Amino acid sequence: MPLFFDKYFQCLRTGEFFMWDYCGHSLDIARLRGATYADVRAMHIRQRDLTTKNGKVGTLGQSETIGLGIRVVMNGAWGFASTDLLTRDGVAACAAQAVGIAKASALAKKENVKLAPEGSYVDSWQGPCEKDPFEIPVETQFALLLAVDNAMRKVKSVTLTETDMQFRKIDSWFASSEGSKIHQRRVISGCGIGATSFKADAIQKRSYPNSFGGQYALAGYELVESLNLLGNAPRIAEEVVALHSAAACPQKTGTLILGGSQLGLQIHESVGHPIELDRVLGQEANFAGTSFLTLDKLNNLKYGSSIVNVVADARIAHGPSLGTFAYDDEGVPAQCTDVIKDGEFRGYLSSRETARLVGLNRSGGTMRTESWNRLPMIRMTNVSLLPGEWNYDNLIADTDDGILMDTNRSWSIDDRRYQFQFSTEIAWEIKGGKIVRMLKNPSYSGITTEFWNSCDAICDAKNWTLWGTPNCGKGQPMQTMGTGHGASPARFRNIKFGAAFSNE
Amino acid sequence: MSPAKTKRKLTKPGEKNLTAHGPSAGPKVRGENELRAIADTVLRLAKSRGIPETEVHVEEIVSALTRFAGNTIHQHVAEQGITVSIRTAADSRTARVTTNRVDEDSLRAALENSLSLAASQPKDPQLLRMLPRQKYPRVNRYIPATALLSAEDRARAVKRVCDLADKRGQDAAGIFESGQTHSLLANSQGLTAAYRQTQAEFSVTFQQGSAASWAKANGADVRNFDPQKLAQTASDKAILAQNPIELPPGHYTVILEPAAVLDLVGFLFYDFAATAVQDKRSCFAERMGKAVFGKNISITDDAYHPAQLGAPFDGEGYPRQQVSLVEKGVLRNLVYSRRSGKVAHTNPTGHGFPLPNEYGEAPLNLVVAGGSSSIPEMIASTDRGLLVTRLWYIREVEPYEKVMTGMTRDGLFLVEHGKVTRSVRNFRFNQSVLEMLRNVERLGEARRATGEEAFEMVVPPMKIGNFHFSEATKF
Repeated sequence: MPLFFDKYFQCLRTGEFFMWDYCGHSLDIARLRGATYADVRAMHIRQRDLTTKNGKVGTLGQSETIGLGIRVVMNGAWGFASTDLLTRDGVAACAAQAVGIAKASALAKKENVKLAPEGSYVDSWQGPCEKDPFEIPVETQFALLLAVDNAMRKVKSVTLTETDMQFRKIDSWFASSEGSKIHQRRVISGCGIGATSFKADAIQKRSYPNSFGGQYALAGYELVESLNLLGNAPRIAEEVVALHSAAACPQKTGTLILGGSQLGLQIHESVGHPIELDRVLGQEANFAGTSFLTLDKLNNLKYGSSIVNVVADARIAHGPSLGTFAYDDEGVPAQCTDVIKDGEFRGYLSSRETARLVGLNRSGGTMRTESWNRLPMIRMTNVSLLPGEWNYDNLIADTDDGILMDTNRSWSIDDRRYQFQFSTEIAWEIKGGKIVRMLKNPSYSGITTEFWNSCDAICDAKNWTLWGTPNCGKGQPMQTMGTGHGASPARFRNIKFGAAFSNE
Repeated sequence: MSPAKTKRKLTKPGEKNLTAHGPSAGPKVRGENELRAIADTVLRLAKSRGIPETEVHVEEIVSALTRFAGNTIHQHVAEQGITVSIRTAADSRTARVTTNRVDEDSLRAALENSLSLAASQPKDPQLLRMLPRQKYPRVNRYIPATALLSAEDRARAVKRVCDLADKRGQDAAGIFESGQTHSLLANSQGLTAAYRQTQAEFSVTFQQGSAASWAKANGADVRNFDPQKLAQTASDKAILAQNPIELPPGHYTVILEPAAVLDLVGFLFYDFAATAVQDKRSCFAERMGKAVFGKNISITDDAYHPAQLGAPFDGEGYPRQQVSLVEKGVLRNLVYSRRSGKVAHTNPTGHGFPLPNEYGEAPLNLVVAGGSSSIPEMIASTDRGLLVTRLWYIREVEPYEKVMTGMTRDGLFLVEHGKVTRSVRNFRFNQSVLEMLRNVERLGEARRATGEEAFEMVVPPMKIGNFHFSEATKF
């Protein structure tokens, strides 16, 4: 083959035509070797990371990964193999390996794998993205981050400033032995800033718009432009310094108002994880844990007060977040599932296999994979608390004695998702319907169902934000997944404050 | 190739690239020579492009994992992948681009991309030139017995564990993982560093009713642990863990098994980084030379300890040094990258992360010196206390006193009058690690420990006074 033709061929070999060819060929090989079901995901993931620290560039990197993973059922058992060797021989060997692994799995099999029925789909879908972040010059992105970093550093007694941006473009090609062929493109953008102050014997930190990386969404660079990082930089820098001289959060039982981002994480930990059916069925018992939501609790548990309504909604109509897609990684269309309806527990997150195990007609469409080399597993989509009716100012005015906590600092919950403890970066004391002073080192703790049953007010849709959580870890090998959590500030009664900083 | 032709050749479809270890084996491992060829290509392209400095890190990971729950295999996976990470430096600017496409055009594109990214930022006058050739101590962490472990081998071992659970009316869940990593770092200044290791891990949880217990081991050599023995331990403890009583939260004497020690002490790893101290976000900021722990605590970082894994060089190719971090409770040293070493006017210790990064460095091979006690002796010496199997969901509450929160999990037992008497409902702790390591009453033999929250370390079991449990959960 002439050299120029070889080069031309290599440039094209990871194009869409070839990806479909690899998917189809690997399915053919799996079938020929006896697999009774197979699905394959070819993925191409591009990522850009930028950070600054103390006015200088920290990280500047870009990466891409491309490959294919195939999952098969053979002899009634699962096998999965993945490869980055994107040639016909490479993906054929990968398919053959998956079948061989499934045969080995059958050595310790109790029941044959059975899947809930699902249609087959041929489709192509692209998530919203107005401004491709990979087309925005890095100079422009750094100019903003460095300006924000400098704005925070201008505040005296700030000892560390950090900013970050991350962008991902994920193309996936899904095909199954049942006839589905689905291409999806999702662009994810995220950014955040933080100021730290060390003084005497304490380290305080403030972040915007959220901690641990900031806000993430299924969006292009327009997300960054919408967040006004520069306008918020001086405020958080001033707050972090002020925290040193603020009063400590009291240790007592009282009324708690949670800001939206902290409530988003509360939903993630105390609703999102316990409703995962693989946890409920014991499949995650060795690592992530199990769940207090045993099967007898479905339609038979007052999870929260009557104003609490939670859905798991992957549809774009819910909003463009990290749990938004058109099809999950089993080829099941995005759906909205009632999780808590008027306070009652109504639904789990399911896959085709777990849906059948518990007698559901259909998967809820929540199987997702981090990359081509990982098995899809049940993951949260957008698990959101639906808005209530309260105007935010009215909620504060209606609170005689309470504490408003905002921006997560630490989170922890037991392996069945009962007992939790959260601390936040900052809190505000409310007296007589007014915010009267800043509090440092706030924390609260409780039992999941007691907490949600104590909710007596939820703010309206004007205050509702769909928060993106980019760092949810689960599975062995570990996979990191993005999830979405819509929330508006809400009020909870009789909550225990201050245990994290108590020594009693 | 049509299936019919394949049959006539007496090979099954998809077998062409398989290794000789059976149908569940993956494609051939590329190995050091192929990694070196990729690195040479990148450096050749960079030289012809006139790039002043180029660094390339090529890594191949081959891994497989058998996962079981409810006494059956429910997930069983294999992966093979290569990454090529290229860093260019020119005119006091640097950037990194990573790809898993290894054809020449893709490598050239990655190189150009790195150069373009590097040029898109302000100059960094503190950027150091890349390292010239270095010498490294030899380590042998590649064990063929681990590399050859097949899906069938793992499945048969898992089957024996599931049979034990079936026999005892228990539910077993866990993993058996094996694999190998090949890594090569080279740069345009003549540095070349190669490393390979195998790794195997077995972890199991046994559940009996609502009670559970757990055991885990890992290392380079799969022959160094016995899945059946680990399963037996977890199974026996799950029986003991039944019918837990509820105790009030408060301060207790605790006996922490090595995994529990690891998962708490492991959170200190980044505090020992010079960059973290310079940034004043470490609990050791302004504490150098001070007694931070009790006199019975000494901590080193030692990549050459026989129970450790990892390469003998850091992200820039600097040879890893053994560093005595804490001597008899006194903070004596930190670990340094080349950059943080220069800031502090001291030598680097070979703990730097790949550049560019804002975190600097960290010790990844901590060794906490042990003592002469043992867990049975600790129990025998305890009038009233708690034996802790492992900890879970540990997070930092307060960074300067290093207050950590988390839960006990999979086996919390009451010790009374020198004996384990009852299972206890799980507690939440809020405990300063600095204070905890001032309250260590007894230390056992240090050994490689593995948990779920921190990197593997060599740590002893510890008996600790006045450990703070703040709340209890419902099981």
